[in-house]
Amino acid sequence: MTIVVTDNCRLCRFTECISVCPVACFHADEDMVYIDNEICIDCRACIPVCPVKAIFSEEDLADEQKHWIVVNEEKSRQLPVIDEKQTPLPTAEARRAQLGF
Amino acid sequence: MSAESTPDLHAAIVGAGPSGFYAAEALLRKRPGIRVDMFDRLPTPFGLVRGGVAPDHPKIKQVTLTYDKIARSPGFAFWGNVEIGRTPTIEDLLRAYHIVVLAYGASADRPLGISGEDLRGSYTATEFVGWYNGQPDYQNAVFDLSGHSAVIVGQGNVAADLARMLATPVEDLRRTDITDKALAGLAESRVRDIHVIGRRGPAQAKFTSVELKELGRIRDCAAVVTADDLELNDASRAELADTRADEGRKNLEIFRTFAAASGNSASKRIIFHFCKTPVRISGNGKVEQITLAHSVLQGPPFAQRAVPTPYHVDIPCDLVFRSVGYRGLPIPGVGFDAENGIIFNHKGRCLRDGKPMPGLYVAGWIKRGPTGIIGTNRADSVETVETILEDLAQGIASPRPGIADLRTALAERKLVGYADWQRIDAAERARGQLKGKPREKFTALHDLIDAASNAADLKFLQR
Repeated sequence: MTIVVTDNCRLCRFTECISVCPVACFHADEDMVYIDNEICIDCRACIPVCPVKAIFSEEDLADEQKHWIVVNEEKSRQLPVIDEKQTPLPTAEARRAQLGF
Repeated sequence: MSAESTPDLHAAIVGAGPSGFYAAEALLRKRPGIRVDMFDRLPTPFGLVRGGVAPDHPKIKQVTLTYDKIARSPGFAFWGNVEIGRTPTIEDLLRAYHIVVLAYGASADRPLGISGEDLRGSYTATEFVGWYNGQPDYQNAVFDLSGHSAVIVGQGNVAADLARMLATPVEDLRRTDITDKALAGLAESRVRDIHVIGRRGPAQAKFTSVELKELGRIRDCAAVVTADDLELNDASRAELADTRADEGRKNLEIFRTFAAASGNSASKRIIFHFCKTPVRISGNGKVEQITLAHSVLQGPPFAQRAVPTPYHVDIPCDLVFRSVGYRGLPIPGVGFDAENGIIFNHKGRCLRDGKPMPGLYVAGWIKRGPTGIIGTNRADSVETVETILEDLAQGIASPRPGIADLRTALAERKLVGYADWQRIDAAERARGQLKGKPREKFTALHDLIDAASNAADLKFLQR
């Protein structure tokens, strides 16, 4: 099983996921967060806490979202671990509203 | 205890499970230089990750790598085989430490409160889980698995673990860290039908969808649901229509696939029952049947209660496991909310008679009740540590004179430090390797303590 962060995180980065991740497997850039599935233990704590439903288990991913598996893999390899909750991006609330959450 | 210098700040954590480790992590990170002593009544750390998570869920257990990293942080020390409560007391700890965090979890089971609950053949989930996971407290339990029919009351993930352990072919468990003793017991099992009882309906079942799905994927076992039982009332439909109800909708989908499948050829069955309230367990000296009342759901969405009707149904059975939730137990000296089985607190600050108890904090299940999964405890413990930092900003009483007394009191115990645990860990892995298992646990306290201090055993096995 692979758990991935998808497009909805972009411009939000609420990071509720990070506060419940038991193994610190999240990495981040200026736009969003990514999961390192080498570290992730598939506990899914992050999935229900995301305010914009950006996180999916592989089997729940729509076909047009499948590319996020590779994106998470590559980005998490390049970016630093973020293991504490961050302030959401300034664009977060507008983006949340736009996404309908 | 090491370090003779007067510490800047010294914290004690009671309980070495997930919430204790996350509290330690946050304290060590937010107050560099702090020293954290973590106590556990067992010689082993990791709480329910070691003693609760099912043997066939090894990936979840990898969370211990994170705890291992925390334990190796400068300033951290583990002291196993120390029960806090009577000696030393909470007051002893408060005299010795600036900060005491209670994170000892919820170790008791909620009773059903019906007659026959103490008949032979009626067990708690905790006993069974502790038994197959090698938890020292439950190694004398004897489970008679010679009958064909078992009933599990409850529809949460612990109930799912129980059902899976009873239904899984024993060959499929041989390469897990289940104890040899439990493996032998399960190999003798003649249980064929496993009834899983919920007071409320399929929309209210507490399983996570992943655990529920697993119950349909057990080799040579059919998951059985009656299609009529999946008819929902209006309030349940409203619950599932809620945007947060992803898990509930998935569960219902999974129940529907169970209902549509025909698994007649399987040799075991997991049979789901909904809207059934246990009324009594009866039998002549041992469990022979459980009586359930058909129930109807009443109330608004998200607050529906199961109201029993006078219509009863009997299920003949040889075993009953109750799995309707854990329950925290009090520790002398705290304000205890007996109704909810938690310590009275506000954001982790312990309260007695409504007033904060200086220096005393709480985290994890004993703070909020037995809900959520492992990661839930990280956010919970971080909240407690934020409260601690707020209080520290007001100034702390220092130094703590009681540390010398505590050292004297503990000097007579056989303490198990983290390096000792690493010896236990290595010895268990070595024992397991011989059998193709990740580890073979020591299940008796004296064996754990021997392994902690007796590296010769390990050297012998590794030759």
